[in-house]
Amino acid sequence: MKLVSLFPTFYTAYTPYQPEISQGVLQSIFEYQSLICDLTGMEVANASLYEAGSGIAEAALMSVRITGKKEVIASSGLNPEYISVLKTYLQAQNIELKIIPLDEKGETDVDFLEKNISPKTSGVIIQNPNFFGVIETKLKDIEELIHKNNALFILSIYPISLGILKPPSEYNVDIVVGEGQSLGIPLGFGGPYLGILATKKEFIRQIPGRIVGETIDLEGERGFVNTLQTREQHIRRAKATSNICTNEALSAISAAVYMAILGKKGIKKIAEVCFSRAHYLRERMQKEVNLEITYPNSHFFNEFVIKIPENSENFLKKLEEKKILGGIPLSKFYKDRDKEILVAVTERNSLEELEYYIKSLKEVLKKN
Amino acid sequence: MKKKIPLIKELNNDEKPTIHLPEPLEDFLPEKILPKDLLRESLPIPQISEIEVVRHFTNLSHMGYGVDLGFYPLGSCTMKYNPKINEEIANNEYFTDLHPYTPEELSQGALEIIYKLGEALSKITGMDKFTFQPSAGAHGELTALLIIKAYLRDKGENRNIVLVPDSAHGTNPASASMAGFETIEIPSDERGLVNPNILGKYLNKNVAVLMLTNPNTLGLFEKDILKIAQMVHDEGALLYYDGANLNGIMGYARPGDMGFDAVHVNLHKTFSTPHGGGGPGAGPVGVKDFLKDYLPVPTVEHDGNKYYLNYQVPKTIGRVRTFYGNFLVMLKAYAYIRLLGDEGLKKTTEMAVLNANYLKEKLKDYFELPYPSICKHEFVLSR
Repeated sequence: MKLVSLFPTFYTAYTPYQPEISQGVLQSIFEYQSLICDLTGMEVANASLYEAGSGIAEAALMSVRITGKKEVIASSGLNPEYISVLKTYLQAQNIELKIIPLDEKGETDVDFLEKNISPKTSGVIIQNPNFFGVIETKLKDIEELIHKNNALFILSIYPISLGILKPPSEYNVDIVVGEGQSLGIPLGFGGPYLGILATKKEFIRQIPGRIVGETIDLEGERGFVNTLQTREQHIRRAKATSNICTNEALSAISAAVYMAILGKKGIKKIAEVCFSRAHYLRERMQKEVNLEITYPNSHFFNEFVIKIPENSENFLKKLEEKKILGGIPLSKFYKDRDKEILVAVTERNSLEELEYYIKSLKEVLKKN
Repeated sequence: MKKKIPLIKELNNDEKPTIHLPEPLEDFLPEKILPKDLLRESLPIPQISEIEVVRHFTNLSHMGYGVDLGFYPLGSCTMKYNPKINEEIANNEYFTDLHPYTPEELSQGALEIIYKLGEALSKITGMDKFTFQPSAGAHGELTALLIIKAYLRDKGENRNIVLVPDSAHGTNPASASMAGFETIEIPSDERGLVNPNILGKYLNKNVAVLMLTNPNTLGLFEKDILKIAQMVHDEGALLYYDGANLNGIMGYARPGDMGFDAVHVNLHKTFSTPHGGGGPGAGPVGVKDFLKDYLPVPTVEHDGNKYYLNYQVPKTIGRVRTFYGNFLVMLKAYAYIRLLGDEGLKKTTEMAVLNANYLKEKLKDYFELPYPSICKHEFVLSR
């Protein structure tokens, strides 16, 4: 958001209901939508949702509208907060939610999915890389199972990972959702963030929220407008595709500026920096610190889970004394997993910081 | 002002250098570690230079209109000045770089702001407790309707009707659908108000909630609100306040005192946070005591010594989004409230109502004025 605070007419503008005085905001959002399509390989993107949790819930509801069925399946590889939001939204409309466990590699259990999916299923939601950092390697098999049952494939993505990973379109994904915070939006204690939603053209009329489209004005010039508004609440009221009105337009513009500044080479490079530093750190943790890794033989992007010999919250407190926030204790979400920590490495963690982290881990473990 | 600006993809030139970035570690490159079928072959994002990006978006930002350029007379969607001090506070790196999972003992300041903003809004609206998860007005409506639904279900009631006046914002019925309710619209009377005699015909044991805004979307104060609240409660239904805009009453009247059970307020309207060309906003929901056990988790609490996140809300509806809400928006609203103080907030109401009535009198000879009575912060003209 710091990027767009440079442009006061963006942030002090109202919703672009009057296109004749809002071409700048509208074109900027159009650029955002195009860049999201480039990144994901999808055909259309909307102008933004609040964040990933409600975005995933909106995608699930979209699958219910498109298929006319009322059963959603989600992998337990989803961020647990996403699953909580999903439960709230689906319960309100009496839509069934089934959760699929992970296999021993930390990937969605395809056999379990096969046994539980049926022609009654409307959509299946997978996250890649998943909450534990693991890259799902069987997306092709999952896609086949989903489409064989006439359900929709919903994939939650981590945008930066798409700098190197195969785009969702190549797995024939129907709806892409994801948290756009990593596209240059500050952490800000949890918000405002950016809910990404992109899909295939055939589903455009079931998209929730605003979409900006290109048009030709009276003088034959290119212009931009909010389009297909009959989907939306201000026209359709109770029959709208969603109630969303105010969205996260400024976050979307911010993400567009970020993606444009980096370009294809920059986004790939950031992804490679995240990937390589995370793999470097994990290897040193294994070799020098003798830490056990939870899913040691699985592929990962920039996050992984480590096992430590004591209660994770106590352990993290000791690292905190050395001015390190050493990761997220899994016990925060899974009561029985109280000796595991989720570690993330990004381009903002310098090699010196990683060195200090290793050194501190050694010191803390020695004391035990 | 009218000019055509190319799209980023039309400026694309693959030869352009990228901005300075750190180099990846050669030994750990993805192509050396991951199987080829997991990797993408190409990325079609355009490549342009940083200066071109800056010029591009600066040019685009000149093709628009915002509060910083001039007057924005847009009825209920108040477009008030967005104080620069708020932006400066919200851009402070101690806030922007704060991870939402920072341990509580290291995020006391942020938690305190959420807690105290909740106290301030409770005082302004006459409610008992707020949640800040809802990220916009419509999100707030949905959250409140889910709370009401859960409360009624606990009482063993399956009421499925939401009543809204015909003048209600389109989000009201859309939110009702998402919460699994059916919407019935009630006609306004010739005064532009909800008439208790008409309302009476629509109230029955299937009605879960009446959603109202007061002053309503025509800028008129619902004079019969106390009677309306009585009728709704007598029928066992609840009363919801769409507080998108409090500028007509802030400091003078409180929805809680009028009999409303739940409200949402839009921080991006009454409380000066910018509209951002369509968002982000924040639509916190306040409830009376008897509904507070249903609020989304986590809530922010204070135990006398420290602030903490409470995940043990007994009958919670669950989460409506990740983390705690649009914190940086809350920060701006809190700065605004603290800057103005009790007297300042009252004065904004006086100014809004006096200005709206002044303008109405000045313009009434040139337009048709369908509802000639004294208005609050907005009014309707037609011709």
